[in-house]
Amino acid sequence: MPSEYRLILKHADQPGYTNDLDCYLRHGGYEVLRKALSLPPRILSDGRKVSAQEQIRDEVMLSGLRGRGGAGFSCGLKWSFVDRKSGKPVYLICNADESEPGTFKDKQIIYKDPHQLLEGTILSCFANDVHLAYIYIRGEFVQGAKILNRALAEARAKEFLGKNILGSGYDLEIFVHRGAGAYICGEETGLIESLEGKRAYPRIKPPYFPAVLGLYLCPTIVNNVETLCAVKHIVAMSGAEYAKLGTPNNTGTRIVSISGHIKKPGYYEVEVGKVTLGELILDPAFGGGLREDRQLKAVIPGGSSAKVFKAGEKFKLKRRGPDGQMSTVEVGVLDLPYDFDSVQQAGSMSGSGAIIVMDDTADLTEALENIAEFYAHESCGQCTPCREGSLWMAKALHRLNHGQGRKQDADYLLHIAKHIQGRTICAFGEACAWPVLSFVSKFKDEFQAKGAADEARRSRTLTAGAGPGPDLRIAASPEV
Amino acid sequence: MTTASATESKPASPAIEKVTLKVDGREVGVPKLTPDWQGKLVPTTMLQACQIAGVEVPHYCYHPKLPVAGNCRMCLVEFGLPAMGPDRKPILNEDGTPKIIRQTLPYEPGTPRGAIACATPISPGMEIYPNSPATKQMREAVLESLLINHPLDCPICDQAGECKLQEYSVEYGQSQSRFVEEKVHKPKCVDLGPRIVLDDERCILCTRCIRFSKEIVGDDALGIASRGSHNVLTHYPGKPFDNNYTLNTVDICPVGALTSKDFRFQMRVWFLKETKSVCTSCSAGCNIVIGSREGRIYRYTPRDNDAVNACWMCDYGRLNYKWIGREDRLKHVLRRTAGGKSERTTWTTALKEIGAKLKNTAANATAIVASARQTNEELYLLARLGKRLNALTDSVPRRGEPDKLLLQADRNPNSTGARLTGFLQAAAGSNLRKIAEGIQEGRIKTLIVVGEDVTKHGIDASLFSRLDLLVVSDILPNAAAAFAHYVLPGCAHTEKRGTFTNGQGRVQKFMKAVEGPEDARPEWEFLCDLVFETTGLDGLASIEGLFNQMAKETPAFSGLTWAGLGDAGVPANSLNTA
Repeated sequence: MPSEYRLILKHADQPGYTNDLDCYLRHGGYEVLRKALSLPPRILSDGRKVSAQEQIRDEVMLSGLRGRGGAGFSCGLKWSFVDRKSGKPVYLICNADESEPGTFKDKQIIYKDPHQLLEGTILSCFANDVHLAYIYIRGEFVQGAKILNRALAEARAKEFLGKNILGSGYDLEIFVHRGAGAYICGEETGLIESLEGKRAYPRIKPPYFPAVLGLYLCPTIVNNVETLCAVKHIVAMSGAEYAKLGTPNNTGTRIVSISGHIKKPGYYEVEVGKVTLGELILDPAFGGGLREDRQLKAVIPGGSSAKVFKAGEKFKLKRRGPDGQMSTVEVGVLDLPYDFDSVQQAGSMSGSGAIIVMDDTADLTEALENIAEFYAHESCGQCTPCREGSLWMAKALHRLNHGQGRKQDADYLLHIAKHIQGRTICAFGEACAWPVLSFVSKFKDEFQAKGAADEARRSRTLTAGAGPGPDLRIAASPEV
Repeated sequence: MTTASATESKPASPAIEKVTLKVDGREVGVPKLTPDWQGKLVPTTMLQACQIAGVEVPHYCYHPKLPVAGNCRMCLVEFGLPAMGPDRKPILNEDGTPKIIRQTLPYEPGTPRGAIACATPISPGMEIYPNSPATKQMREAVLESLLINHPLDCPICDQAGECKLQEYSVEYGQSQSRFVEEKVHKPKCVDLGPRIVLDDERCILCTRCIRFSKEIVGDDALGIASRGSHNVLTHYPGKPFDNNYTLNTVDICPVGALTSKDFRFQMRVWFLKETKSVCTSCSAGCNIVIGSREGRIYRYTPRDNDAVNACWMCDYGRLNYKWIGREDRLKHVLRRTAGGKSERTTWTTALKEIGAKLKNTAANATAIVASARQTNEELYLLARLGKRLNALTDSVPRRGEPDKLLLQADRNPNSTGARLTGFLQAAAGSNLRKIAEGIQEGRIKTLIVVGEDVTKHGIDASLFSRLDLLVVSDILPNAAAAFAHYVLPGCAHTEKRGTFTNGQGRVQKFMKAVEGPEDARPEWEFLCDLVFETTGLDGLASIEGLFNQMAKETPAFSGLTWAGLGDAGVPANSLNTA
C-alpha cells in the first residue's frame, strides 16, 4: 500500500506542534547543528584531515540529494562547483520564492516548521564556509516573512545564529528579504539581481554562474527551502542512510502538491519514485481520485510549466534491471513512477513537485489560456523571444476562446512556442513554451475544432450581416 | 602607424595565445583573449571570432564599448564542439579529423541549440555556423518577434536609412509576419529630457542607452519599467534625462526609439553628405562626422577614434554648430576709406595693400592676436609673419568647467597647436596687456587680429585710433571690425581643411563639408597670400604642401605628412617644446 513518508513534514501537522523555538527544541531541534559544529576532523589513512565542513559536503554528495526547486540538479554537485579559492566571501541564498502555479510545499515548511529550515540553512552555510545568508521569500508570503523573522530572532537569542554559534567559533548571519511579487525572482540569477536591489533580470550564463559570479559577483549557492531542510536530515542520518530512501538516483523524500479536479487536493510527502503518478492522483492516501467519478483528461506533473500528460498516454522508459541490464518498458501515465528521471523520460518534468489534475470537464484551450496569461504577465521582458512570444501566445489563446479562433491557430501557437524554447536567457522561455507545445500537440483536435467552429460561425453571421464581433483585446496594461 | 613618436612608448607586447576554430567551415586563428569594453583582457567571444573571420553576425544589444547584455538574441548562432571521450581526449572521425557535435537542446535532441555569439567564449576546435539554416531560422524568429509589436512607421521615422531593424529585416528577415493580434500600445513622443524624445513603441529594449548612461557617463538615469511585453524605457521619475552625453544614446539606439530634438524631422539621413572632421568646442578634439546637405549643416555625430573619444562626444560640442549658418556672418572683404567709411573690396586689392604696408612696418611695431581656434597651418603662417615683423603675439585663453569623460577645461581646440607652431611663446593671454600698453604708448602701430574680439580681452576699442593699421579677420561680427582698416571674412572649420593639435598633442586633420558664405575664404589661403606679399615666400598654395612645409620647419611635427595623418591623426613628437 502506498503511503506517505513524512521526514521533513514529520511534525508539521501534528496536533499541538507550533512554529516557535521551544516547540522545535522539544522535538530535538538544533541537535543536528550542535553535533555538526563539534564534529572532529576525520583523519584519513594517508594522514589527510577531512574537516567537519568537508565531511558534511561529502555526506550531501553521497546522499544523492537533488534540488527540490524545479531543475532537480544534484545538490552535492552544485556545492562542489563553488569557487572556494577566489578569496571572496561565499554567500548562500535560500530560495523561498515559491511561485510556480500549483506548488505550495515550501509554504508548509516556512509557516509550520521555520526552525527546521533555519537549521538546514545554518548547516549548509557551515558546510560551505558561508557567513552571510539570505532567505529570499516571495512578497505574497507576508506572514511567512514574519514567522521567519521571529524564528531568526529566537535562534539568535539562543546562539544558534550570530557570532560564535554555540561556542564553536563559527559566525553566521541570516536575513530575510521579501520579494515584490514577481515569478522571475525564483530564477536564481534573477533572484540575485533582485537581492542586489536591481530589476530581477536573469543574468546571462556564461559568465554569471552563481557558483562563481553570484551575489555581488561572489560565489553563491542558491538552494530551495525543501532542499535545505533535506540537508538537515542528511546530516542527521548520514548520506548513505538518506540515499536508501526513495529510488536510486532519485533519493530521499519529496513533498508533492496535488491540486485540480481531485477529491483530496493537498501536499503529501513521499519517497521519491516509490509511488506512481496514478497512486498520487487516485489512492485514498493521497489525491483520493477524481470527483463525481469523472474521467481523467490531463495531468500536469510538475507545476504549470511542465509539459502536460494526456490520459492514456504511454511512454517507453529505460530501466536498469537487478542484473544491471538496461531494458525498455512501456508505462502508462498512471503507472509512471513519480521521480525525476521517469517523468523526464516521459517527456516532461517533475519540476517543483506540483501535480495539477484535469478531468473531462476541463476545457483545455481555456486552461492553456489561463497558463499562458500567467506567463505573459510574469515574463520579465528582458530578452526578445520570451518577451514578445509569451504575450503573443496569450493573445492568440484569448482570441481562440472568445469566438475569433481560426483552424490554423493550433499550428500558429506551436510555431510561436518553438521559437521561444532554448533561445532565452533563462529557463522561463521553456516554462512559457512547454505548456503551449504540449497542450496544443497532444490535444490538437480540440484546438482545431474550436478554431473551425469559430470560422464556421463567423461565416454564418457574416452572411447574416451581423454587427461587429466581441471586443477581443486582452487587458492591455499590466497590473501596477 | 609608422610615425610613432619618441614619447609614445609601446609596452612590450606578450606573445598572443591563439585559438584555432572554424567559422563557416573556414579555419581561423583568433587570440584567446580580447579586450572587453573597459579594455580588460577577457576570453574572446564567438562574435569577435566571426568578425576576425570576416563574417557578420547581426546584433542589436551588443556594443563593443558597453558591457554585454545578451538580451536581443539576434546574434544566436548554431555551433559545434569537439566530441570528448571519457579520457578527455577528442574523439576522431574515421578520416582522423576531430568529431564535432552540433549542439542541440538537452531536452529535444533533434533541435539545434543556439548560443549568443556576443557572450559565449570560444574554445579550441569549436565550429561556428553563422550561416547555417538553423542560425538563419533563429534570426528570422527573433526579427519576427521584434516586429510584431513594432509600429512599422518607417516613413515617418527619423531612424529610417540608418535603422538596424530595417537593415536586418531586409538582410535576415522574412517578408511576412504571421501575427494577427492587436499590437501592444505604448507611450509615443515621450519627453525624456531636454534633448531627447522617446518613442516607446519603436524601442526594442536592448538597454544600450541604459548601459551607456550608467556605465560610461556614470548617470544611472534610465531604466526599464513594467514587465514583459509591456516593458518601457523610462527615466528616473521626476528627473529628466539630462547629462552632457545624452545624445550619444541617439547614436547607439539601433532603432528610432531615441531621437534628437535638434535633428528630428530636419532631414532624411540618406540625403546627408558625410564629412570627416573634428569637434572644435574644446581641446579634446573629438572626431566627428558632419552631416550636411546643400551647404547646410544638419548634425554632428561622433566618429570612432579609440585614441581620442572612442565613439562618443558631448552634447555641448555636438550642438555647437548653428553659429556656422548664421545670417550675420562676415561675408565681405572691407576696406576703410580715408573718410572713415567701409567699402567692399577684393581679396587681391586688400592683400596687396596690407602686404605693402606690412613690408614697410618697422620692427617691433606690430602685434598679432590670433585665436587658438585657428588651425595649425594658420597659426604657423602667423608665427612666420610675426617672426618677420618681430611682432608681439598672443592668443586668448578660453576655459570652462571640465567633466570626467571628454569635455576639457580648455575650450580652444588648438591651444597645443598655437604653442607647437611657435605662435605662442608664453601662456595664452599673457601678452594681451603688453600689447594694449604698446598701443597706448605708441610703440605698436600695427595690429592683426584673427578670430578673436580683442575688445573683450583687454584691448579697448578706444586704443584703435592710435594704430596705423588694424586688420581684423573673423567669422562672426566682431566689435573691432568696425574700427578695422581691413576686414577679412574667414571660414569655419567646416568650410575648410586643416589640422588641429588636441590637448593630448594629437595632430588631427579635418575636411571641408560646406562652402563659406560669399567672399569668405579659408584663413590659411589668404594668410599664404599675405605671407607671400610681405615676405616673398611662395609655394604654400595647397593645404598638403603647407602642412608638409610646416612639419619640416616645426620640430614637434617633424616627420608628419598630411597624407600620413590618416583619419585618426598622429601624436605630435613632443609636448615639451613649450
